[in-house]
Amino acid sequence: MEKKDKNISAMSTPAVGEAGLTGDWRDMKPVIDHSKCIPAVKKKAACYLCWLYCPEGVIKAGIPVEIDMDYCKGCGICAEECPAKAIAMVTEEG
Amino acid sequence: MTMAEVQIMTGNTAAAIAAKLCQVQVVAAYPITPQTSITETLSQYIESGALKAEYVRVEGEHSALTVCISASTVGARAFTSTSSHGLLYMHEQLHWAAGSRLPIVMCCVNRGVGAPWSIFNDQQDSIAQRDTGWIQIYCRDNQEIIDTVIQSYRIAEEVYAPVMVCYDGFVLSHTMMPVSVPEAALVNSFLPPYKPHTFLSAENPRNINPVIFPHMRKNSAGVLCDGYMEMRYKLQKSLEKAKDTIIAVGMQYTKLTGRDYSELLWHYKTEDADIVLTGMGSIATEATVAVDQLRLQGIKAGVVGVRVFRPFPRIALQKALQGARAIFVLEKAISYGYEGALCSDIKAALYGTGISAPMHNYIAGLGGRDVKAREIAAAVETSLGEINNKKTHNKTVWINCRQ
Repeated sequence: MEKKDKNISAMSTPAVGEAGLTGDWRDMKPVIDHSKCIPAVKKKAACYLCWLYCPEGVIKAGIPVEIDMDYCKGCGICAEECPAKAIAMVTEEG
Repeated sequence: MTMAEVQIMTGNTAAAIAAKLCQVQVVAAYPITPQTSITETLSQYIESGALKAEYVRVEGEHSALTVCISASTVGARAFTSTSSHGLLYMHEQLHWAAGSRLPIVMCCVNRGVGAPWSIFNDQQDSIAQRDTGWIQIYCRDNQEIIDTVIQSYRIAEEVYAPVMVCYDGFVLSHTMMPVSVPEAALVNSFLPPYKPHTFLSAENPRNINPVIFPHMRKNSAGVLCDGYMEMRYKLQKSLEKAKDTIIAVGMQYTKLTGRDYSELLWHYKTEDADIVLTGMGSIATEATVAVDQLRLQGIKAGVVGVRVFRPFPRIALQKALQGARAIFVLEKAISYGYEGALCSDIKAALYGTGISAPMHNYIAGLGGRDVKAREIAAAVETSLGEINNKKTHNKTVWINCRQ
């Protein structure tokens, strides 16, 4: 049997996933072309404007850059700000 | 029973003494007539050290109740009081307090609502807040004010719902009467410390009242959490259950003080009555005098006073009204475009019971217009004449109003 919530008022614990996977709100998804993305091309920490501008904080400033698609809402700001035009917004299937 | 001290005091002093006896820990309020002297008195208690509590000064009633909500959320016993426009300004936070299931107790010193401006008594303010999820208890005299505030903390903290203690502005708030003040030791034994269902802890943090979705949803620990509807269902169930709690708490208080709070209603000369007058607060007290006058005319009248308005005492009213040949509902408020809210609720309670006595709704005393017992008695006599001639079964009458 499923565990039942005993709270009499709405409460939650701050945790990843507490508010649900907000990635399913997405209409368009960002796709990175690592042959253009600066940290991947230079093989060192550089640029990361996508990481800086992402309002959801779902971009990992690594080599290569990664996006957590469980929580990316598909706003497209990263694609708009990328100086190398390495991010394309692609329609989600289905 | 312990020895209690009888003092002569206003209703507002009675309310302040009650809050002090309950050892409230946070008081936040904004001045508004006729409530102001409650919080003035409490601020004196706090300033002098007679009451160990935090008095939070705020810029308005919305903030006053918000402070109480925050205090109650982290485990403090909170008190506020207001009237009229102040209560209406709190409207949003009334819903927040109830939805958060916080046992805040507030005195609503009933006053008419503008426009036009009035500082005088009627009950439009609290009646307009009927559907906010608060328990509403109406007092008929200053003794009931002190006793009801004390019982209200116990009730609120057992069912986790806020309680509004309503009493008529000036008629009770500024009128002096003898009041038996319970001993502090008695109140302490009656009212255990408040155990909050929410808490504040850096080690175990919580989001309180996050956005809740229409559907039920699992949290990060995999526990299926209530959706909005489940939360609201729980609030409804708690208010329904509160009827039993109010009676149980009332019976215990009755045992301690000898004053009868064993019912959601009160009764005056109803044993042999076939004519029943009903109402809430001081207008129902006035009706007892009208009943005495009617009895001199040979009319067997009685009063059923409605003490608890929410949760609504449906079954108790069915029982109290089953022998009535005619029912008169006195109200100091109206649901504009229809009739008094109490009258509608009583009719709904009687639906399907076979009780179909004629019912006249008396709208009286709006904006502080004096309600005299002889006016009530005269209205009842006129109504009975019409009912006996089978003229009107169901009618709203404005008493002492040029039409």
